[in-house]
Amino acid sequence: MQTILNFFKSFAHDFDTVFIVKDRYMSIVRGLLNTLKITAGALIVGVIIGVFVAAIRSSYDKNRESLKAKKSVGYYVLTVLNAICKIYLTVIRGTPVVVQLMIAYFVIFVSVKDGVPIGIFAFGINSGAYVAEIFRGGIMSIDNGQFEAGRSLGFNYVQTMWYIVIPQMFKAVLPTLCNEFIALLKETSVAGYVGVIDLTKAGNSIAGVTYNYFMPLIAVAIVYLAIVMLLTSLVARLERRLRKSDH
Amino acid sequence: MTTKNNETLITVQNLQKSFGEIDVLKGIDYEIKKGEVVVIIGPSGSGKSTFLRTLNMLETPTGGEVIFDGVNISDPKTNINKHREKMGMVFQQFNLFPHMTILKNMTIAPMKLLGKSKQEAEAAAMELLKKVGLADRADAYPSQLSGGQKQRVAIVRALAMNPEVMLFDEPTSALDPEMVGEVLSVMKELAASGMTMVIVTHEMGFAREVADRVIFIDEGIIMEEGTPKDIFENPKCDRLKDFLSKVL
Repeated sequence: MQTILNFFKSFAHDFDTVFIVKDRYMSIVRGLLNTLKITAGALIVGVIIGVFVAAIRSSYDKNRESLKAKKSVGYYVLTVLNAICKIYLTVIRGTPVVVQLMIAYFVIFVSVKDGVPIGIFAFGINSGAYVAEIFRGGIMSIDNGQFEAGRSLGFNYVQTMWYIVIPQMFKAVLPTLCNEFIALLKETSVAGYVGVIDLTKAGNSIAGVTYNYFMPLIAVAIVYLAIVMLLTSLVARLERRLRKSDH
Repeated sequence: MTTKNNETLITVQNLQKSFGEIDVLKGIDYEIKKGEVVVIIGPSGSGKSTFLRTLNMLETPTGGEVIFDGVNISDPKTNINKHREKMGMVFQQFNLFPHMTILKNMTIAPMKLLGKSKQEAEAAAMELLKKVGLADRADAYPSQLSGGQKQRVAIVRALAMNPEVMLFDEPTSALDPEMVGEVLSVMKELAASGMTMVIVTHEMGFAREVADRVIFIDEGIIMEEGTPKDIFENPKCDRLKDFLSKVL
């Protein structure tokens, strides 16, 4: 009985030192805000890049033959754009995100001192490569008959993509896309490398000051877990709504 | 079958199509007149589907020309989308848009391409659905329909664009046998209404009954062509005789 009581006493004491004294919990809150800012910003940047790269890559794959036959200028433009996209995908997916982040901070934007916008930039560019391949895979997975049906009604390439292929593609890739977002959220935990106090860094700092590693790191882990679970349940609900047409 | 004038709707001249080394179409010449029902028959791999798909440029020909309504639509400079609006197409696999209701499937193209209002497009779509007995399924999704129902919807979806010609690419080949009849009867009605139709099919009974002319394609050329009577009762070339002996 005494030991249990002692345990709670020391737990309360530790909790007080780690979170309450000097309002240390506030640094966790600020860290969380930075993590969310970087994740949300990178997500937007990543999806925009992903859409463009996937559009270029899949229209190159789909139209290469017919454009080449027509010898149109579009063929050469598309070939060059496709090559650029391929280099982008290879380089970004072939190097660690921490290295990319540090290159962005210490080499490209030397004069910028705030790590958050650089984090958004670096993680966005990184995520864009993965999102692009997810979208492209999704577009390729849609039966070509859908595409032909759209074209045969008189829709042009872009309209067919927009009204017919992309809505179906989005539904097909949603689970994979969700995984990418979850991975992105967790990847931002390396933002501390470029001086950003994110959620992980905040927990680590508290641990350094209080010499208590258990509590702040567990707290940080719980916060990540809570966000991921929330995100997962939101996507599950969205998937259920989109499945309406399946039966 | 119906009153028709002698106006030519589609002219095909020396049409060729190769996929890499393989020549699928080796020079096809043909004229399709307004109001005519042309049925294309032939063994599988003969190029009959490819021929149909070059008519609306789903396959880009590697040689020759397709003239539709006086316009050379095989010319890369032609805006093919405008002309495709007037060429309805029905596919073997239906290709309904699974993420849209039946009504939406039928109204999206008239609304986006012909600038029809939602009310207009929906009224026209409901009218067409009534004709094929599916008005009560307007709010269903394609996955809730049987194969025969899907194909009937696919036909009226194409009709909703008010096409001048309807192309059918083996419309009953993916159907369970008991559903073939309902689709063929819709096509018969359509033929009786004077629609120009080009049909690739294995339904010889249907071809005999509905076609004005039958084309037998094999090895990438038109081997024989004529009225259903000519083709089915007096086949001339050996390939056709052989083919008919297998399918009839």
